[in-house]
Amino acid sequence: MDETLAKKLRILADAAKYDASCSSSGAPKRKAGKGELGSTTGAGICHAYTPDGRCISLLKILLTNYCLFDCAYCINRRSSNVERAKFSVDEVVTLTVEFYKRNYIEGLFLSSGIIKSPDHTMELLTRVAKDLRRKHGFRGYIHLKSIPEASPWLIEEAGLYADRLSINLELPTEASLERLAPEKDGAAIQGAMEQIGERIIEAKAEKRRFSPAGQSTQVIVGADATTDESLIRKSAHLYGAYGLKRVYYSAFSPIPEGSSILPLKSPPLQREHRLYQGDWLLRYYAFTPDDVAEAAEDGMLPLDIDPKLAWALKNRGRFPVDVNTGSREMLLRVPGLGARAVDKIIKARRHTRLRLEDVARLTSSLKRARPFLTAADYSPAGLTDRLDLRGRLAEPARQMSLF
Amino acid sequence: MRGDAAAFPRPFPGKGLALRSVALRSGADLDGFRTAVRRLVAEVVPPDCVSWQESGVLGLFGNEGSGSEAPPLALPRGVGDLVRMVVPHSDPERYALLYALIWRILHGERRLLEISSDPLVHRLERMRKAIARDLHKMHAFLRFRRRESEDSFVAWFEPDHHILEAAAPFFVDRFRSLNWSILTPEGSAHWDGTALTYGPPGRREDVPPSDGFEAGWRDYYESTFNPARTNLRAMRSEMPKKYWHNLPETAAIPGLVRAAAARTNAMIEREPQMPVKRNPARAVAAMSGQEPKSLDDLNAIIRRSEPLVPGATQAVLGEGPAHASLAFVGEQPGDQEDRQGRPFVGPAGQLLARAMEEAGLDRGASYLTNAVKHFKFEARGKRRIHQKPTAGEVSHYRWWLERELDFVAPKLVVALGATAVLALTGKAMPITRARGPAEFGKPYAGFITVHPSYLLRLPDEAKDEAFAAFVADLRRVRELSASLTP
Repeated sequence: MDETLAKKLRILADAAKYDASCSSSGAPKRKAGKGELGSTTGAGICHAYTPDGRCISLLKILLTNYCLFDCAYCINRRSSNVERAKFSVDEVVTLTVEFYKRNYIEGLFLSSGIIKSPDHTMELLTRVAKDLRRKHGFRGYIHLKSIPEASPWLIEEAGLYADRLSINLELPTEASLERLAPEKDGAAIQGAMEQIGERIIEAKAEKRRFSPAGQSTQVIVGADATTDESLIRKSAHLYGAYGLKRVYYSAFSPIPEGSSILPLKSPPLQREHRLYQGDWLLRYYAFTPDDVAEAAEDGMLPLDIDPKLAWALKNRGRFPVDVNTGSREMLLRVPGLGARAVDKIIKARRHTRLRLEDVARLTSSLKRARPFLTAADYSPAGLTDRLDLRGRLAEPARQMSLF
Repeated sequence: MRGDAAAFPRPFPGKGLALRSVALRSGADLDGFRTAVRRLVAEVVPPDCVSWQESGVLGLFGNEGSGSEAPPLALPRGVGDLVRMVVPHSDPERYALLYALIWRILHGERRLLEISSDPLVHRLERMRKAIARDLHKMHAFLRFRRRESEDSFVAWFEPDHHILEAAAPFFVDRFRSLNWSILTPEGSAHWDGTALTYGPPGRREDVPPSDGFEAGWRDYYESTFNPARTNLRAMRSEMPKKYWHNLPETAAIPGLVRAAAARTNAMIEREPQMPVKRNPARAVAAMSGQEPKSLDDLNAIIRRSEPLVPGATQAVLGEGPAHASLAFVGEQPGDQEDRQGRPFVGPAGQLLARAMEEAGLDRGASYLTNAVKHFKFEARGKRRIHQKPTAGEVSHYRWWLERELDFVAPKLVVALGATAVLALTGKAMPITRARGPAEFGKPYAGFITVHPSYLLRLPDEAKDEAFAAFVADLRRVRELSASLTP
């Protein structure tokens, strides 16, 4: 690999790393046919982990970090002094194919700064995906970050080649968008999401290929004053209205060349973690946005305990739940019991009466679950109502942001 | 029944039964295990009377050689999968544990596998997970290097368990068009583009010492790391250190970690800059500048585009005077239109021309286009049979139709048939009921009638009447159009 290309790669990978999404999941399972390269496995594969604990699944790069826009939170905004570079379409294709052949990656996650015009940029992004599929028989994963300001037909063409399309919301409210990203238009972003959402549903019904792994988005946490509760409500709306597969929460991270209208300090990474947990409660635990809001204080989820535990502590009257007779819905609300553990409990109790040691084999968080359940040989007695329960269950404060 | 993984329950105490020794090939001997289990079950040998041996030492069944095979066992769903997954485990107890499970299932505990809390099931489940993880990590962390001399790819990997044969098909599915070899301390797998073969163990030294893209990969690994989020515990739990010596990128870790704190502090302490050039004019201008400025611009975009459903020869664009006051929207190009690249030139188009003439409409003064711009068909021998566009295809092309009519700016738009109505209104509605003047929610007036191809499909006796009705509709169009045109 020659040094010019290597240098571009360093610049354009660095410029892309603030996007939290790395998932290569959700694509229909595919195998390479004769003369083709690549497959998808459904769940996706993480090929490496960097010292920030995040996985490398896709080659996540920008086509270019030149940009007409001037979004304050973005390292690539027009007024930033970072070093700039631009890949050619062929260079991105080569890097993807050669990295893929060596089993470094699952595929490509391509995004870009806006150059010339949103349409021009979107056409280049789509051309990369199209060349990979057409000229190289590439069957691996392709995630394209769509440009919401691009013409609708270009976004639609991208869906023919990509496994996933995403549009970053970035800022959860119109007011923040206006203050921090003046060129972006909230209505355009949601309009494009709606358009993609409609096409995905139609294509599924008509058994055509269009962004089969769905669409996702990212919101930045901590760059403005939005509360966790508003973020969770926003996500619930996005899941419901546009059928989004994932909302990624990205704790605002200090960037080189930071803008003066940004907060000086980043939010604790734990806040991002709690938001993901709240999001999971929505998607897999049948919590409503109101339930998650109940776990919060003044709109913010507690940092020392997880939101499910916070909800349970406020609703102690509904516990303990009997593992041998409790409904699935209530078992899902028991802190420390995951959705899979609940399924196993329900299956096993058809054949046997579960004792506490049995439950211990089904979950790794029995300590958190104990005060909230009863088993054949166990009852928490007064534990559920103890005033110091929260203190007993809170995780010891651990500095997660630095080491 | 509750048992302990170490002391297996004994439904039939093995009194008087001699200890049976079963010898299996070392590694993952699924076939040997299956044969032995069938035999043991047939002879009602309880689990604690069996001693499972690995490697070359010949045991009872080894001695007996190819004696008569015991019949296959009927086991509940899931047991076979569990056995297949656990057999590659490196735990010497795996065969004994699996046999104990099968024994219990066959002796009154048919649903045993559903009781995840049972100690034996729990232990086997953990072993299954360990194999799944080992497979997953092999698929993830194996790195190929290119052997330049023969254009093939070679990798060295050290799995925890005997999983080479279970892991190899993944690489076939993925790298079918490449030639590759995977070398492990226990054996090797080779793919030559057509066949997968297994061979003797390899050595790390058999893999080329470097690869032309490895430095670039390390660069990528370093650049994608965010020093402000350093979290070594999370990294190590997913990518344990035991894998590091075979991963080229991990050489960068110590340096990245050393510099992380300083890099983060430098970012935080750096004086925030006053934003310059905050004027969004350029970006906004670029966005409005991208819109097609004329019908020719738009047509150039449509011509460049790919058919949504592959097959069409070319995009068929609208045709007619630039600012015609009357526009007709059809469904999609047919066979003739696709060959000639012009709308309404096939049989339906000819019928439309005849009807327009009878109604006193000047075809040359009207703008003719289709809701969908590409022909979609099913090949039947040499014939290409027209296929109706789906609702999704219609909405895909809708953007262009809208822009197109914006440029032409007719006073009246005639929707020919249901597809055109769907494209213009976004709603499906039956033509029979909607026929006549219509409101499309656009600056132009609307009119709905049938598509001329509908007339072609009617039985002969109905044709004349339907044609007359169509002509009558077009006469109303002419009157409406005249009343709108100053």
